[in-house]
Amino acid sequence: MSLLNLHLKVWRQNRGHSGHFQDIEAQDIPDHASFLEMMDIVNERLIAKGEEPFAFDHDCREGICGMCSMTINGVPHGPEKATTTCQLHMRKFRTGDTIWIEPFRATAFPVIKDLVVDRGAFDRIQRAGGFVTVRTGSAPDANAILIGKEVADAAMDAAACIGCGACVAACKNASAMLFVSAKAGQLNSLPQGQPEKDRRTIAMVRQMDKEGFGNCTNHYECEAACPKEISVRWITKLNRDYAVAAVKESLIGHQERAEGGE
Amino acid sequence: MSAVLDSLSRFYASSIGKKILVALTGAVLVIFVLGHMIGNLLIFAGPDAINEYGHMLQTSLHGGGVWIARLGLLAAVAIHILATVQLTKQNRSARQDPYGQHKAQVSSKSSRAMIWSGMTILAFVVYHLLHFTVRVGNDYNSDAYKTQLHGETVHNVYKMVIDGFSWAPASIFYIIAMALLYSHLSHGVSSLFQTLGLTTHRTAPLFKTLGHAYATLILVGNCSIPIAIWLLGYGG
Repeated sequence: MSLLNLHLKVWRQNRGHSGHFQDIEAQDIPDHASFLEMMDIVNERLIAKGEEPFAFDHDCREGICGMCSMTINGVPHGPEKATTTCQLHMRKFRTGDTIWIEPFRATAFPVIKDLVVDRGAFDRIQRAGGFVTVRTGSAPDANAILIGKEVADAAMDAAACIGCGACVAACKNASAMLFVSAKAGQLNSLPQGQPEKDRRTIAMVRQMDKEGFGNCTNHYECEAACPKEISVRWITKLNRDYAVAAVKESLIGHQERAEGGE
Repeated sequence: MSAVLDSLSRFYASSIGKKILVALTGAVLVIFVLGHMIGNLLIFAGPDAINEYGHMLQTSLHGGGVWIARLGLLAAVAIHILATVQLTKQNRSARQDPYGQHKAQVSSKSSRAMIWSGMTILAFVVYHLLHFTVRVGNDYNSDAYKTQLHGETVHNVYKMVIDGFSWAPASIFYIIAMALLYSHLSHGVSSLFQTLGLTTHRTAPLFKTLGHAYATLILVGNCSIPIAIWLLGYGG
């Protein structure tokens, strides 16, 4: 084990106020520590000195919860490909390195404190259509609906999205298209998602627009930053599903009813 | 009626709706650029070929054809610009607090500069129309630029192009504009397939290569004209 001496530039901000970078010298950081453990060590020392520790989000620390949202040296979740911040280790850095640590920056992700942002916008998009309506009661037969292996695998790829927001953070336009396309695409691919497909697609895109995310300009930085390697082909599918749903909504509208409907 | 208009305006108001319009109008302009280039390369087939082509454009559908094309292209350009300017403004406001450090990992400079290459191309198009279509600040509308073709008096497109590009500043501006058009197309062509939902895992690399090849073709084809005339003395 070797020890690293690092120069940190950490973003400090309180909700509703403007922020700034604070320079912190992080001495004697073990190279087998994870990035979050390094942050813990630095915070312990700040507390011991009577200074305020910096706030950061974390939960499972095993790469599946999507809480550890921070931009490290200009890349969400740091330099390791397909890795969340909690799974990034200090051996990826060299002694003497300067490390910039910032929150995921987007108007739709307001900073709560320091590195902690409010990603409630994602929850509201999910509530708009990221579900299937099912009858409650006894559990249905698992194989009552046949699903091709390829379809199930593809849906599983989309379902791997942990909603961390790295796609928004990496995008030049702070667009949420990769997240929305994975969540809509997962359900739109499966038979269970078909009855509400058009309604879901339109509702999720509308909520995404309402939250103030930017627009996709096909740079694919989201895919490069995604810790779960969600493919931008889900965005292609969302574009396609949205076009079809919008045309149907414009020209056909809701199902005609004998009673006069609506 | 109003229900259809309501949903159309909701479609335009949405992010994907605007992008689809940008892609569709972009496709129209992409095809136009190729046709325009092929027509103009007739300059290398001699005066009669390009003069006859110009005369054909001017007189098709009793002179109506060129106006249908112009109005169609004007509409495409207007929608393309209006939607992209609105999208860009939304993109700017989607991140008001900039990063201290922000690293682009995979995107090209061309893709990140679309609004700037587009704006320069717009300025160029205005200049180009004043130069060769309206013919302001030159005497290309005078009798010196009329010629006889199959017993008819037609506009001497050949002489106009040779004279136009013999002036170095015009040729240089055209070449710069074509370089920016190359940049714009190198991202735009493959991008439009993505926005229209046509790209697949298999076709993505193909569309990317196709986009670059197309942009290169347009760059080489269009630049060959000012370079031949201005630097190599073609037609002089």
